[in-house]
Formats: sequence, structure tokens, C-alpha cells
Amino acid sequence: MTFLELKDLRIHFPSDDGLVKSVDGLSFRLERGKTLGIVGESGSGKSVTSLGILGLHKGGRAKISGEIWLDGEELVSASAEHVRTLRGKKMAMIFQDPLSAMHPFYTVGAQIMEAYRIHHDVSKKVARKHAIEMLDRVGIPQPDRRVDSHPHEFSGGMRQRAMIAMALSCDPELLIADEPTTALDVTVQAQILDLMRDLQRDFNAALIIITHDLGVVAELSDDILVMYAGKAIEYGTAEDIFERPEHPYTWGLLGSMPRLDRERTERLLPIKGSPPSLINVPSGCAFHPRCVYADRTGGRSTSDVPELLESEGGHLVRCHLSRDVRRAVWENEIKPNLEAS
Amino acid sequence: MSERGTPAGAGAAREPLLSVQDLQKHFPVTKGLLKRQVGAVKAVDGISFDVVKGETLGLVGESGCGKTTTGRLITRLIEPTGGKISFEGHDITHMSQGRLRPLRRDMQMIFQDPYSSLNPRHTVGAIVGAPFRIQGIQTEQGTKKAVQEILEMVGLNPEHYNRYPHEFSGGQRQRIGIARTLALKPKLIIADEPVSALDVSIQAQVVNLLEDLQDELDLTYVVIAHDLSVVRHISDRVAVMYLGKIVELADRKSLYESPMHPYTNALLSAVPVPDVKRRKERDRIRLLGDVPSPLNPPPACRFHTRCWKAQEICSQVEPPLLALASGHQVACHFPENAPASGDAGKAPAATDGNGTQEEAAPGEGAPTSS
Repeated sequence: MTFLELKDLRIHFPSDDGLVKSVDGLSFRLERGKTLGIVGESGSGKSVTSLGILGLHKGGRAKISGEIWLDGEELVSASAEHVRTLRGKKMAMIFQDPLSAMHPFYTVGAQIMEAYRIHHDVSKKVARKHAIEMLDRVGIPQPDRRVDSHPHEFSGGMRQRAMIAMALSCDPELLIADEPTTALDVTVQAQILDLMRDLQRDFNAALIIITHDLGVVAELSDDILVMYAGKAIEYGTAEDIFERPEHPYTWGLLGSMPRLDRERTERLLPIKGSPPSLINVPSGCAFHPRCVYADRTGGRSTSDVPELLESEGGHLVRCHLSRDVRRAVWENEIKPNLEAS
Repeated sequence: MSERGTPAGAGAAREPLLSVQDLQKHFPVTKGLLKRQVGAVKAVDGISFDVVKGETLGLVGESGCGKTTTGRLITRLIEPTGGKISFEGHDITHMSQGRLRPLRRDMQMIFQDPYSSLNPRHTVGAIVGAPFRIQGIQTEQGTKKAVQEILEMVGLNPEHYNRYPHEFSGGQRQRIGIARTLALKPKLIIADEPVSALDVSIQAQVVNLLEDLQDELDLTYVVIAHDLSVVRHISDRVAVMYLGKIVELADRKSLYESPMHPYTNALLSAVPVPDVKRRKERDRIRLLGDVPSPLNPPPACRFHTRCWKAQEICSQVEPPLLALASGHQVACHFPENAPASGDAGKAPAATDGNGTQEEAAPGEGAPTSS
């Protein structure tokens, strides 16, 4: 049985200007011990998806349909109370900004103990010991002293470690990290990425890492999902996405990014235009106004929404171009330009 | 940016546009009712560099290294504690704001956050036209025409003259900010994290725009950024800062291909690289801990607390910033890739007098738009 499976998840928000379709028909699977990277620009629906899995839209204005199966339980139809008992223990989240995600008034230790005591019937003393162990596990020096520190006494990297300790305190089976290193400096980011990789191996958790940074995704992910305007537009193994991407948007992302591991290219190759409004999503393929290859689809890209279809061996692509055309374009037009002469 | 001859090569003969010598900025830390000074944050602590006309100098470092403070000192938005800043040969270190105003035409700043740097109650026309108004400049066909020309130059629709900032996306707002800096045809632009608030695809658009404008208008840039890949892409020379000091300063190619300072090596190896095939084999330098507080920086070499090559001398004698290869300065007692180890012939070749850097030529397929 698949550990986590999303089936046609839709999360829509009514607003004065119309319905905001933040997530519009998203399906994917994730097994224990595997890492899924979700990549996309702001407004592509990646964070809304993660909050949806955790059930944090319940009781809000969001209209949710579809199915979320976690270890044999369906969460969209489950009660808010029930999802609450799963949160922390079964699934947990690491947020982007640890300063705003932690309570400034309580000590770091108290916040880790709180989550632990909700799920375990233990004394404060035992919980405190556990909190110290967790802080030690994520590499915070002198954890028996730091457990009584407040979040503001920690540096950015230490706070992020403390938040990871909090998320891991009840040994969750699913861990969602939303931009876990975006607020950090590059040397600290490298430390945190190493830590997450080690912890995932030790805890055998399923990890979803959400980011806009393709480098971070490439470091950690087994599989990658590329989102655009609330939909998955490409899904595959990390090798599929980086070595033989088939969607024009993925090509655009790769061309936009200066890379340190290659010769410097003379020009970056950006995507024209900007991401669409989620209220007025363009007709047909949502990417067609920005797509250089839209005119090669015989007009279908403006009228029909393309299906997410299998290209080869589990590599899924949502594009009207035929597989042969996509591969030819990648090999002949895109790839040579990414590798500077 | 390297189609034009690299200015660094001909640097010896040319006057620098901007020259910074031993610049310092200490922010006092006060305590108690009487605001007694109990310490100082040495945000910038004695840095020197020149910027030659037409080049792009990148300033990189982690948060708290003083790169933003440096940008603000150069533009005289804050008062330096010590040192000297010269712009086109004029000493502007302590020039009064009144005397500075005419010079502001030649020196402009692009800010990081396109949301907070534009007044939400002013139209785009008013924002981009403000420099004309403040400097009292009359243009031939009126300010509106001039503003519309600039809007077009940065890729905005001139008909959007009467719109407000909230009607634009993040990338478009950054273009408005760039349009404002270009209004008076400045010579030097200080760009403080110009693309870090933007989405990846928009980032590339703005980087390309900055490069096109530089070629078109013969601009000189100082680009402050934390993203090492972006800095490599747009800079001709790069200065790496750590805790208020420049630890390494070199032209792009030698800095990225043979970094000498251990900190630069660590920074470069920490950048996540989207190379899936080789991710398991990559050899990384992992720094331990965080950057120390600039309130109480380590003595002598400030990096010695995190450096794997540190020896006793590193905590006792501060290494001076020395040119170990032509155009490659580094402040370290035990530099890596030092010329003696075989790079001797390579590094000086980077600036071989005729002013053309041996940069990768534009590829056949690489589109060049201008």
C-alpha cells in the first residue's frame, strides 16, 4: 500500500474577485524513506498543498475536494479533531521562517515538550529529557543548557535546527519541509541539508521538500514534481527532471538559473512574461502565453487543457507537444544552450 | 558583459570611477539612560577597493558580513566612521548632503525589496519622474515623455504611466525601481540584492536587463548579493567579505576557478548544485557553526574559528590583503591554490594587457540580444 497518495486534490479559495484555484487536480504518491521535491514559483500552489495535507485548511474558507490517503486513512473527509491527533505524531512540518513559526515567549524546550506530551502520556521530567535528546540529535551544542533558551537567543541556523527537532520530536512518518533553508546563509544551508538527509535515513520517514531552489531539490530528492498554476506539469525521478526534462516550463527554469558547476553562459535564458493570476488562469495549457513552443501544437494549447501523461517509465508530462518533438527540442535546442561553449 | 574589453585588464592606465580606502563603519552599542557606549558593531572594518568605469564589481558574503553597509556607505546614505571614498577623483567621504546632491545624479541605488522601496500612493510616472523633480532638471519634451522612454527601455509599457505599484508583479516592480535609478543617466549604480526577492524565471529576466542596460548606457555596477551563482554571472570582478573585511578580491574567472581563501572555497562548495548524477561524489567542505557576532569578532584573522587550516599565527597576526597573483588579492596566511602550486602562469594570464579576458566566447546557440 502506498504510504501517502493524493488523488485529484483541489483546494480553492473563494474571494471577492472570484475563485482562486490554488491547487487544481493534483495527484502523486510517496513511499516511506523516499523524498519528493516539489518545485514551483510563488503562487504555483506548493505551500497550499502542504498545508492541505496537514489539514490546516480545515475550518477555513478553503473548498477542498479530492482524496488524501495517508497510511490507509483518508484525510480530506476526516474530522478536524481526528487530523489533529495525527499532526505531530504521524506527520509534521518544518516551516520556512523559524522566527515566526516559534512562539517568542516560551523557551525552545517548552515548545518541544508541548508537542511530545500531547502525544505521549509522560511526566514533564521525561519530556524534558526527550527535548534535550532531540536538540542534541540535531546538533545544537550544550543542549541541556540551550533547552531553556528562548528562540531569539538562537542564531538563524540554530533556530532552524530547533524547529527540525520540534518536528521530529514525536518521530513522524511524514515530514513536510516548506522552504526549509531559504532564510539561511549558504554555509548554514549546507549544514541543514546534510542534517535533513541524515535524519531522514535514520528515521525512515517520507519527506516532502518544497522549494523554489532547484539546487536544493537536486541535492535531496528521489522524485521531483514541478508545479505551475496549481497543477503538476511534470513529474519524474531527479534524473528525469534534470537530465531529460520534457516540459517547456522545466526547460525555462533550468535556463533561468546560473550554475556554478558549468562554464558561465553568456546570457541567461529566462521565461518570458510572469506567472498567471490564479483567478484568471489562461485557457487551455496555463503555460501557453509564456511558452515558446505553443505555436507548434496546432492551436491546441490555447483551447484544450493537456493531460498529465506518461512519457516513459513513470516520467509524467503535461504538454500538447508529442513526445518525439519534446525530446528533439530538448536535445537540439535546449540542452546545447544550457551547456555553454 | 565581457563582450566589451574587460576594464580590469586596462585598469592600470585608467582612473577608477570609485575608490574606497580603508573604509570603516562602527555602529555604537549603547546602554542605560545616559546611552553610555559599551561597544561597537564593526560592520565594515577597513576595506579598500577600486571600481573602474564600465565594470561590474560583485560583493558577496553571508548575512552580517557588512556588504549592505558597504553599499550604503558608498552612496553616503550613512556616515562612515573612517577611511576615504572618492568618486571621480572627488573626496566624498564627509561631503555635506547639500554638496552631495548634484553628485547623486551620477550615483544611484537599486534596492532589494520592490515592495517596500516604491511609494504605494504614487503613480509609476511620479516615482520614475521624481529624480527629475528633485534635481530640477528640464527635459526637452517634458518629464512625462522622458519617463515613458525610460519605462520602455526597462521593458515596461509606457502607457502604464498612471498606474500604481500594486498593479504590477514583483518583477515589474523591480523594473520600476531600475527605471527610477536610470532616470538621470547615472554613471555608477549600486544594486543591493537586486534579484533575490524575485522568482527564478523573473530573476533571469532582470539579470539580463541589467546586462543590456550596462552595454547600452555604459554603466558601472557594484552588485551586492549573497547568491554566488548570480554574482558569477554578472560580475567582472568579485570581492568576498567576511565579518566586515574583504578576504578575497579577484577577477571572476580566477576567483571561481582557483579560489585562494579557505572561506571562499567553503562558500563555493556549499552551494547546492543541480547535478543529480554527481551529487553523491561531490567533495564538500563543511564549515561548523555560525558566523561569529560582529560585536565581538575573533582577533587577527576573523575566520580562524571556523577554518580547518588555522594555525597559531592565525589567531595572533591579522593577514593583510595581498596580491598573490596578478589582480588576485587574498587575506590569508595559508592560501589555497597559491601561485607556487602551479597556478603561477594561469592567474596572470587572466589579465594579459590587451584588455580582453579569456572568457568563454558566446556560444553558437546562445542568443545575444541587444
